[in-house]
Amino acid sequence: MKGMFQRKYLGIPYALYLLVFVVLPLIVIVTYAFTDAEGNPGVGNFLNFFRDPNTLGTLVYSLVIASVTTMVCLLIAYPTAYFLAMSSIRSKGAIIMLMIMPMWINFTLRITALKELLTMIEGNLALHPFMNSVIGMTYDFLPFMILPIYNQISRIDKSLLEAASDLGADSRQAFLRVLLPLSMPGVISGISMVFLPAMTNYVVLDMLYNSTYIMGSLIGSYFSAYDWHGGSTISLILLAMICIFTLLAGGDENEGTVRGGSVL
Amino acid sequence: MSNSTAAPEPIIELRNVTKRFEDNGFIAVNDFNLTIERGEFVTFLGPSGCGKTTTLRMIAGFDRPSSGQILLGGKDISKLPPNKRPVNTVFQRYALFTHMNIYDNIAFGLKLKKMAREEIDKKVRHVLEMVDLEGFEERSVATLSGGQQQRIAIARALVNEPEILLLDEPLGALDLKMRKEMQIELKAMHDQLGITFIYVTHDQEEALTMSDKIVVMNGGEIQQIGKPEDIYNEPKNAFVADFIGESNIFKGIMTGRMKVRFCGGEFECMDDVPEGTQIDAVVRPEDVIITEPSKGTVTGKVTGVVFKGIHYEITVESGKYEMVIQSTRTPKVGDEVGMCLDPDGIHIMIAEDHTTRFDADVNEDYSLEYNGKAIDADITKVVKGSVLKDGVLKDSSGETIRPENLKIHVSIEPADIEMTDDTEKGLTSGEIINLIYKGDHYSYVVRTANGHDLIVDDEYLWNLGDMVGLVMPAEKMKFTLAK
Repeated sequence: MKGMFQRKYLGIPYALYLLVFVVLPLIVIVTYAFTDAEGNPGVGNFLNFFRDPNTLGTLVYSLVIASVTTMVCLLIAYPTAYFLAMSSIRSKGAIIMLMIMPMWINFTLRITALKELLTMIEGNLALHPFMNSVIGMTYDFLPFMILPIYNQISRIDKSLLEAASDLGADSRQAFLRVLLPLSMPGVISGISMVFLPAMTNYVVLDMLYNSTYIMGSLIGSYFSAYDWHGGSTISLILLAMICIFTLLAGGDENEGTVRGGSVL
Repeated sequence: MSNSTAAPEPIIELRNVTKRFEDNGFIAVNDFNLTIERGEFVTFLGPSGCGKTTTLRMIAGFDRPSSGQILLGGKDISKLPPNKRPVNTVFQRYALFTHMNIYDNIAFGLKLKKMAREEIDKKVRHVLEMVDLEGFEERSVATLSGGQQQRIAIARALVNEPEILLLDEPLGALDLKMRKEMQIELKAMHDQLGITFIYVTHDQEEALTMSDKIVVMNGGEIQQIGKPEDIYNEPKNAFVADFIGESNIFKGIMTGRMKVRFCGGEFECMDDVPEGTQIDAVVRPEDVIITEPSKGTVTGKVTGVVFKGIHYEITVESGKYEMVIQSTRTPKVGDEVGMCLDPDGIHIMIAEDHTTRFDADVNEDYSLEYNGKAIDADITKVVKGSVLKDGVLKDSSGETIRPENLKIHVSIEPADIEMTDDTEKGLTSGEIINLIYKGDHYSYVVRTANGHDLIVDDEYLWNLGDMVGLVMPAEKMKFTLAK
């Protein structure tokens, strides 16, 4: 019994952390979002957001950038992960290492290097803001897409593919009916690890001298203008969207998300 | 429907099939020849690593033979992919699709054939009835027990009405009681369907219970093909005798017409083998008759009695030999007993030649070497009548013999090779891959790094998988010159 009590106490630091850095800020955000500048409660902030074509435009633009980035990551990551997981080459470990290694390099350094490279190729970076945003984010988030998919495919029992072909499936049918569905938890995990940051991570765009606005930049701009009410409102809207997305990704797929993410 | 009515008609034929794995050069199956008739229940039986599963995988199409042919109904199918072959497999770990329910698992093959929905429904229902799992269509794989998953795996294969059903140790993961039940059910299914079953197992009892024909394999090669009774009663060699059932194996010699001497006694036997032939005698524990010491052909002292349910297992020491006996009589440890054998209780196998042979390398200074290790032999004794003077070897007529013109064969008997823990010691080293007790010593098969199998006899017990150095004393070697 004594041991149980002591173990319970171990949770206190994290509970405090949750309280101070998650629960309280959330209360503050909710409070600001539902009050106007004079402190009167109401949903005016939300109405403003959805009535303003500029903010709505930013929302749509963010969604588009995030979707395109996610698609590009997926198109690069899936074949890569597939061949890595299915092949029996000896240097597999080294190749995976090479893919993870960029994550060990300082973020600022990485993006600065990319910026210089793109400037060399394109000249003026401001001419292709959309493409550069996608390139920058793809570069930054690709490992987060490859790893969960790779892990998921590696875990699939290869005799399932043999069984499929034994039952008459050619390699395309075996892929579509067996391997692809079984690798979906990894794909969903990868998507949620790329799509959500891609909506908000405006630091990448800032560093690429990018003038485009995404949701993250919008929130940043409200707070730097001391409009805490507007900033909180948008944060809350984003939070709601993330919740909806996660729910749509499927409750039972959460297991895969956690497992896929655990390697990072 | 049983195969007894139809005239034998070969359905599948393996001709000189060899499988060598590209990455490590390991020969899993070596020159495999087998004909299987339509409707037969054939079992590939052998220890793990004997090549039985690889052979099955080549029939299924998952592995391609390195050489040789696989004929199905007379047509070579060895290059066809699995999905083009009229065979279906029941996998060792079932390999059910976890993202589908039971219905979709079973219907997988039928849907690929674009069969009508009603037809598929009917077939799935029928095959579920056959494996006794009616109404399981909507269940998910995860909710099924191991035995139920096994049945679904069988149903998924059978629903495609294959010409041959391949089963890769399908009962390995089940508990004993379930396994016994499934053995009977599988056998009944085979009789009812009349299709050919090829079954892989390492469980000799399973093989004896179910098969029409057993193919005993070891080290990638067929040891014996035959009916269960023949394999049990007339094992072709010591490996088969040892692997199938329990047996006492003794080295012996034929001493007259149908007379054989082993285990310190002379026995009458049923096999007519010429006098003087070296043999291995197989005696099944249940065939030894315990008598009064005065009435026994050989006598011995009981050293162990273990109760095994229907019988006692009694160990008797007779001189340097040891005999294991199964009997309902219960002598006490320390008792003197006599032992008799009926002639049909003795199975004679002509002893195989287990001599190790290799070629020695001759160095510039005429010293002998093998595998980079020196052989302590005098070249003048190897080359009869030669003289070694000033580093030059001259034959009896005074002619100089160059080292590169010498080709020396070396041979050594299994009993003359010594095993040691030190793998650096000795001419070569290897891993013990098989061992058989032969009454007064163990006969080991040692596989060297370059894949040669050596037979070594040793009095002491080593373990399977032990890495041993093989010391071959030069004085025990026989040298012969090749021209």
